[in-house]
Amino acid sequence: MERVLDIKHLSKSFGSNEVLKDINFSVNKGEVVSIIGSSGSGKSTLLRCINLLERPSSGKIIYNGKNILDNGIDIYEYRTKLGMVFQQFNLFNNHNVLSNCTVGQIKVLKRSKEEAEEKAIQYLKVVGMDKYINANPKQLSGGQKQRVAIARALAMEPDVMLFDEPTSALDPEMVGEVLKVIKELAEMGLTMLVVTHEMEFAKEVSDRVVFMDKGIIAEEGIPEQIFNNPIQARTREFLRRTLKAV
Amino acid sequence: MDFQLVKSIFLDNWPMFVRGAVMTIVISVISTLVGAVIGLLIGVVRTIPTPESNRKKVALRVVNTIFSAYIEYFRGTPMIVQAMVIFYGSALLFDIHMNRFVAAILIVSINTGAYMAEIVRGGIVSIDKGQFEAANAIGMNHTQSMFNVILPQVIRNILPATANEFVINIKDTSVLNVIGVTELFFQTKSITGNNFKFFESYFIASFIYLLMTFSITRILRLFEKKLDGPENYDIVGNQMQI
Repeated sequence: MERVLDIKHLSKSFGSNEVLKDINFSVNKGEVVSIIGSSGSGKSTLLRCINLLERPSSGKIIYNGKNILDNGIDIYEYRTKLGMVFQQFNLFNNHNVLSNCTVGQIKVLKRSKEEAEEKAIQYLKVVGMDKYINANPKQLSGGQKQRVAIARALAMEPDVMLFDEPTSALDPEMVGEVLKVIKELAEMGLTMLVVTHEMEFAKEVSDRVVFMDKGIIAEEGIPEQIFNNPIQARTREFLRRTLKAV
Repeated sequence: MDFQLVKSIFLDNWPMFVRGAVMTIVISVISTLVGAVIGLLIGVVRTIPTPESNRKKVALRVVNTIFSAYIEYFRGTPMIVQAMVIFYGSALLFDIHMNRFVAAILIVSINTGAYMAEIVRGGIVSIDKGQFEAANAIGMNHTQSMFNVILPQVIRNILPATANEFVINIKDTSVLNVIGVTELFFQTKSITGNNFKFFESYFIASFIYLLMTFSITRILRLFEKKLDGPENYDIVGNQMQI
């Protein structure tokens, strides 16, 4: 299987607080990997280290055979290969829906306006937001914003999609519409890395589940193993707590 | 108060009042715009994240120190004194004999720039961190994210403060009479030099100042509303025809 991302001995500290400790894992092409774990376990930090929103303290991130933490690597170009979806959506407030999805294509990828708009509309259709192209972000509901944010990331045609708790800031009735879109993307064969608290979703969609605890990967495996037959005591403990809460 | 007298003073001298008012408006408009651009540029530089390489780090620190000195000096001294220092200083030290109008614009611009730099910095700091992150995540560098995402939002947010600066500039151009700029205060002073009707003449001037500042604030308020757009979205009315 072709590896898209290979993370080796990755560590991250904020001051004396070590948030990630010697993380090793990889993402293969076409694979959907879910990262689960309690708050503060380092899931989001790992995702943010992968696209360098946080600079890792040490370790390697291998993409296309190159360690992107080396000096002289164009990190801006690398970031265009990763589509990021944030918990708080972070749509550009000064752009309407269509232009949220085109500004990156035009300014960063240097696509023509026509091509960018065509691509944007294509992906807005995928997320079911093509009727709202002239709307401003403040006119949309949370679920709609998140779907536009997904289309914005897709329009860059990245190699990997990163989702950082995409439904955690949504009202319960909007969680479904966003998860449905992500499921459809998984079926389309996109490579995805999803940090989530939605256990049912992780179970159903993932090819592989990574359980993180206190800055390390405590256990990883196929969903059946992690959810039905976890090896580690702390995985069992976490699942017992979260599933009971639901 | 003798309104008949006020009226006749205005009718006798209206060309001078108008010329003064136009000069005041022209200086204020240009200087506020130039000052805002200075403020935006300084704001962008002052929010550059600390670079990796040492040489760039030192260069950035030097530039930021210069900006800080500029801001402190022009915020911390009266514009009337700055006008004297710059107008006579440039002639004495560098043998540059500035046109009074150019000098006026220069002085008010750099003075406004010092205030605007801080207003812009505040505006940039107040933008949600998520906007920077989303711009970075999509592959934009500092300049691209500033110009495409951050500054348009900053400009909207600092409009009320800029309107304030504008109003202050309209009033404060009156100090430029010390270097002989023929703005409204200067013209009024000339008028009183002939008629000795101080109260009535300055009463007219005060009214013209009020008219200018009031119109400017209303116009900018309308502009703000236009930028904000409607609160709700109407799918049917807004569908793009493809």
